[in-house]
Amino acid sequence: MSRIKRLYNWFEMRLQLEGPVKDAALHPVPRNTASWWYVFGSAATTLLMLQIVTGILLGLVYVASGSEAWKTLDELNHQLYLGWFLRAMHGWGSNFMVAVVLVHMAQVFTFGAYKFPRELTWILGVFMLLMTLGMAFTGQVLRFDQDAYWGLGIGASIMSRVPVIGGALVDLLLGGPIIGGATLSRFFALHVFVIPGTLLLFTAVHIWMVLKLGINDWPMPGRVVRRNTYLQEYHELSHKDGVPFVPDALWKDLFFSAAILAAVAVCAFVFGPYGPGGQPDPTIIQTAPKPDFFFLWLYAVLSYLPPSLETPFVLIAPVIGICILLALPLVAGEGEKSWHRRPVAILVLVTVAVSWGIFTHLATFTPWSPIMDAWSGDPVPPKLIHDASPLVRQGAVVFQAKQCRNCHAVGGSGGMRGPALDTVAVRLTEDQLIRQVLQGGGNMPAYGKNLSPPEVTALVRFLETLKPDGQPPAIDATHQEQKAQNAAPQQ
Amino acid sequence: MSEEKPLTRRWLLLAVGAAFNGIVGVALAVPVVGYLLSPIRKKSAYSQWISLGSLSQFPEGQTRLADFVNPFKKPQDGETAKTPCWVRRLSADKFQVFAINCAHLGCPVRWFPQSELFMCPCHGGVYYANGDRASGPPERGLFTYDYKLVSGELHINAGQMPTLADQAKLVTIDGKGKSPCLG
Ligand code: FES
Repeated sequence: MSRIKRLYNWFEMRLQLEGPVKDAALHPVPRNTASWWYVFGSAATTLLMLQIVTGILLGLVYVASGSEAWKTLDELNHQLYLGWFLRAMHGWGSNFMVAVVLVHMAQVFTFGAYKFPRELTWILGVFMLLMTLGMAFTGQVLRFDQDAYWGLGIGASIMSRVPVIGGALVDLLLGGPIIGGATLSRFFALHVFVIPGTLLLFTAVHIWMVLKLGINDWPMPGRVVRRNTYLQEYHELSHKDGVPFVPDALWKDLFFSAAILAAVAVCAFVFGPYGPGGQPDPTIIQTAPKPDFFFLWLYAVLSYLPPSLETPFVLIAPVIGICILLALPLVAGEGEKSWHRRPVAILVLVTVAVSWGIFTHLATFTPWSPIMDAWSGDPVPPKLIHDASPLVRQGAVVFQAKQCRNCHAVGGSGGMRGPALDTVAVRLTEDQLIRQVLQGGGNMPAYGKNLSPPEVTALVRFLETLKPDGQPPAIDATHQEQKAQNAAPQQ
Repeated sequence: MSEEKPLTRRWLLLAVGAAFNGIVGVALAVPVVGYLLSPIRKKSAYSQWISLGSLSQFPEGQTRLADFVNPFKKPQDGETAKTPCWVRRLSADKFQVFAINCAHLGCPVRWFPQSELFMCPCHGGVYYANGDRASGPPERGLFTYDYKLVSGELHINAGQMPTLADQAKLVTIDGKGKSPCLG
């Protein structure tokens, strides 16, 4: 015992860490902040550590070269002991980290923690969120597969829309004229050196400020933050009715961190590593690239924006969004913290969360993407042409052969880019069908040049049979009227 | 600068030392900026005439997938040095060579000879056989490469990934000569 003590003293005499560590550990925090709501920041830090450790372990094998990267990932997955598990831990760790960071942000926003004197803590946090997302994106590139390749193409195409310097930005992003080895090398440098280095530094400062300024007090309606009184009030709160950070608050942090780590491990074990998908060979064009989970919402937004709004949105909206986040504590640095008294803030948070959820959900089944092999893979359901005339059957053949199916579903299969056609005959008359086929419109190309007149006739005959039993087909009201008028004098 | 504090010799030396560090730092850093910016080149520096092979691979009236190896290939590029493109042969000596990259966000477009359309798997952009925009989010038709016929082979001027930034220039350059809508 005394030998350990002596060893401890030997180090302590030289390091002199006991004082500051005790101060940090035992500093009083307001009693009700020792809450399960306050555990997300420490969990994010734990996940960052996990990412560093697993990242280094993967770095022992991974080769950041366009010609080798995919092979080393494959080797990790299939040949090295536990290689697959470490890749899975790193991949799932990344998912959990983004999620926990977002939850942490939503929590401190809801609790008004960005207000005086913690403005800078929030601002640093915004940059840390951006770096976390940057890690997720660059990490996806290092998994150098088809999705990474075409994902870089999308990134470069977005960059190219920046006025004036777009071309230069593309060159900088790619590190040369094409997506290739140079691109992977620079993303490796970002993912392994630049971003994590900065992120660690910011994390240290972020935590330093939490220790120095104290954890945000539990918001109470009516307890208003004012610059000239807050520090005094907080001091009273934490000293009169406070508890020491260790152990009263820290035990919850520890439990939650361990639970999160366990959850990552379970996901990694059950679901395994992410990819790599197909080899990054650009000549294999039978691919529909898709971003990783946390960028799915962006994929959805890009698909739904009208073309004219796209460039301004993609280039300006992120800048505005980031500026709003950065300016928030400077503009709203005082006032009520309680969510009971901040309906607008809570409404904004809920709106953002719900729209994010909806866009992400949509992007999981990409209704805007044609299904490129539906025309050859999904036959017309037999019951649709069971008693059909030869002409209608011919129309069904045209319908398949001309790739209509890639965008239009019938019988529940096929693309969703255009409307499903199961009831199209109820909605469109013969004339309207012909016009739509020949001239296109909306999101449909004009097929006028690509179909012969007999093909159009057959196709439209087929489409006219697509209606539920017992429902009348669409009729042209003016037509009927004219017919009636023409018929009337004769009778 | 230091009106409150008297300027001692030591402070002066400190200031000179700091300035000295600054000068050396800047002298070292400025060329490094050049290193960082070195990938930025003119389009012409990134393109070169490349052969797509014999004309006989491209039957008249059809559109075929071809590929070429990037002229600036490096060993670490691996498979990514290859680039596919669509070659449409209109007549014996009339061609259109389309980039594989959708003019929207660069996904690989696929040609469907049955309906004579290019479709993009990402957001449903569609183009006609002559590369014109048909529908969906793209703002313009497919990007094209300049081509020439050299002793029975089809050559294209390529080397850089086509995006709106470098292709916009291309369109203005050959806007007067070759119409992008030959079909
Ligand atoms: S990339 Fe082709 S439609 Fe978006």
